[in-house]
Amino acid sequence: MLNPISLAFRKAKNEERPALLTYTVAGDSSKKQSLDILKAISNYADILEVGIPHNTPVADGGQIQTSAYRAIENGIKMNDIFKIVSDFKKSKNSKPVIFMGYYNMIFQYGENNFLNKCKKSGVNGLIVVDLPWPENKIFSEKCKKNSINFIQLLSPTTSNKRLKSIAKDSHDMIYYISMLSTTGGKLKVSPKKILANYNKIKKISPKKNCVIGFGITEETISNFKKTDGLVVGSQICKEITRSLNNRQNPVINVSKMVNKLKEKIS
Amino acid sequence: MKLKKGIPVIDQGDRLGFWGGKFGGNFVPETLKKPIEDLEIQFNKLKNDKSFIKERDRHFKNWIGTPTRFIKLNNLTNHIGGAQIWSKVVSDANGGAHKIYNATVHCLLAKRSGKKVIIGDTGAGYAGKMLSMAAKKFGLKCKIFMGAKDIKRQQPNVKAMKKNDAEVIPVYSGSQTLVDAVSECMRFWVANCDTTAMCVGSTVGPAIFVRICGWSTSQISRELKVQLVNEFGEVPKKLKLYNCVGGGSSSFGFWNEFMDYNKKQVEFIGVEAGGPSKSKRHAAPLTYGSKIGILHGAAQYVNQNSDGQIEETESISAGLDYPGISPLHCFLKDTKRARYTAASDEEALKAYQIVTKYEDLRPSLEPSHAFSVAIKEAKKLSKDTIVIINSCGDAYKDRGILEKKLGKKYVKSN
Repeated sequence: MLNPISLAFRKAKNEERPALLTYTVAGDSSKKQSLDILKAISNYADILEVGIPHNTPVADGGQIQTSAYRAIENGIKMNDIFKIVSDFKKSKNSKPVIFMGYYNMIFQYGENNFLNKCKKSGVNGLIVVDLPWPENKIFSEKCKKNSINFIQLLSPTTSNKRLKSIAKDSHDMIYYISMLSTTGGKLKVSPKKILANYNKIKKISPKKNCVIGFGITEETISNFKKTDGLVVGSQICKEITRSLNNRQNPVINVSKMVNKLKEKIS
Repeated sequence: MKLKKGIPVIDQGDRLGFWGGKFGGNFVPETLKKPIEDLEIQFNKLKNDKSFIKERDRHFKNWIGTPTRFIKLNNLTNHIGGAQIWSKVVSDANGGAHKIYNATVHCLLAKRSGKKVIIGDTGAGYAGKMLSMAAKKFGLKCKIFMGAKDIKRQQPNVKAMKKNDAEVIPVYSGSQTLVDAVSECMRFWVANCDTTAMCVGSTVGPAIFVRICGWSTSQISRELKVQLVNEFGEVPKKLKLYNCVGGGSSSFGFWNEFMDYNKKQVEFIGVEAGGPSKSKRHAAPLTYGSKIGILHGAAQYVNQNSDGQIEETESISAGLDYPGISPLHCFLKDTKRARYTAASDEEALKAYQIVTKYEDLRPSLEPSHAFSVAIKEAKKLSKDTIVIINSCGDAYKDRGILEKKLGKKYVKSN
């Protein structure tokens, strides 16, 4: 049986388009609102990345930092985040969920406790920004045993030799960071160059679903139609901030945006 | 967990960069793996390269000014009436603090690797000031990340950085202090690591930065060992080395050459920042038993809540105002080689008053923490005990705070 993440990719492939992955921060701007956002955007997105907010994020730019600080300020705790996911999973149109966060949050919860809780609440995959290969070898094995996809990251600085080893140790999905940047950076590399790197990865690892993230927005997304999947994060977080500042409903605005993103790659 | 003899502590980490199997490591985004590996290869080669060491020593001698003084504080010793109190006046170094050693070495490494820009973080402003000085000397462009709160309270150093043509980038996120400056600096490196070298301002960060900094500041104890032999004919039988500990760069450098001595002969005492005596907040993770967590790429004892969010610190001393602590010090604590304690803001201020009253020495607020504990303990020690405090920074940068807290008479005109 295919796991839910691979199934989501297959469905998108059948529709001859990349899978659309969104990133929002759990608890932004409140527990209820972040749940409502997940429910609303899962009408259009294929896989939902849920950010675990952390207050010293070394790889996130301003937009995601703002969302994370807002969530922490509002008192979000690890157990609330699990609750958001399990509530979401009970909703009728739910999609696969990937947690994205920093290792200290997992370390403090305890790796085993954390994975148990992930399983119980319905988390399907995990991206740990600051637990690179080979440091993640043992933990990613643990994830596999718990049927949770551990998603390895690749970047333009990853050497070919390293790329091969990482691809070998990855599960069903790989995440390619498009450029040297924190999240939310402007796309500073040509789509052609990004696609060349993407194709290199696909050649080495044709069976794994490879998504591209960083710099993907309404403006750039249509350049990457021939890929397995695309991640949009900072632009969504920015839209939440904009809506709040304008006293508009982020749920409506964000779901409109995700709908548009989907149309651009369909 | 055991400290090995005959091997430099900076080289006692395992394959993945962990000291004692659990402190340090490389918890970094994938993008930084390659530049970190490049730096590791470069440093491992150069630290044994005779021509590189010669080059380093030449700059240390002619530009930084080695050795810094080792002086007896006669008046203070007489006033306290216990152990002999001495000081290693590291603030003699060019720029006024120990941060110059690490900054110089990073600039030499950056030059050799062909990088044109160097970035760094700063709390008290010393790391930033020294990096700006070294960058200027070696012809590198320099950007310094500094918390907005620290920019306000350490103006003299900010002015110095700007005078050295460095761009000072204020960091407004989080507590607007050192912890946020380091995060922002790492983020900038993630986005620019192909053209830019990063200098981490203390023995913190991914393992390679811990090692480079420890290697650089060890100049302090290399000098001290020679000075001790000159003064006493040998390393004294009862020696106690007091040093403040924030990230831990000056203390590690002050102790490194004495690591293999029995701790009954050479004892290390690290003094953390206890914060205001009425506040629950502090910057003393070792003293107050903080749990192990990951901060800025390394596993260490760190102030955090039960979820793993890093907690805000509070200290009068910007240079010690950091929630974590070097993996090297975690290792020295757990192997029981060093002893750690804390001094409060008020105790540090009081020590500053005592030292400046009796001696022609103006330790900054950071070493004033170490003076506070040393003075207290020296009272109870025998006259043949040699107490040495590393006066690793000059109080010039603290004049604003000192004037506010103690009045004008404690601030000298220069």
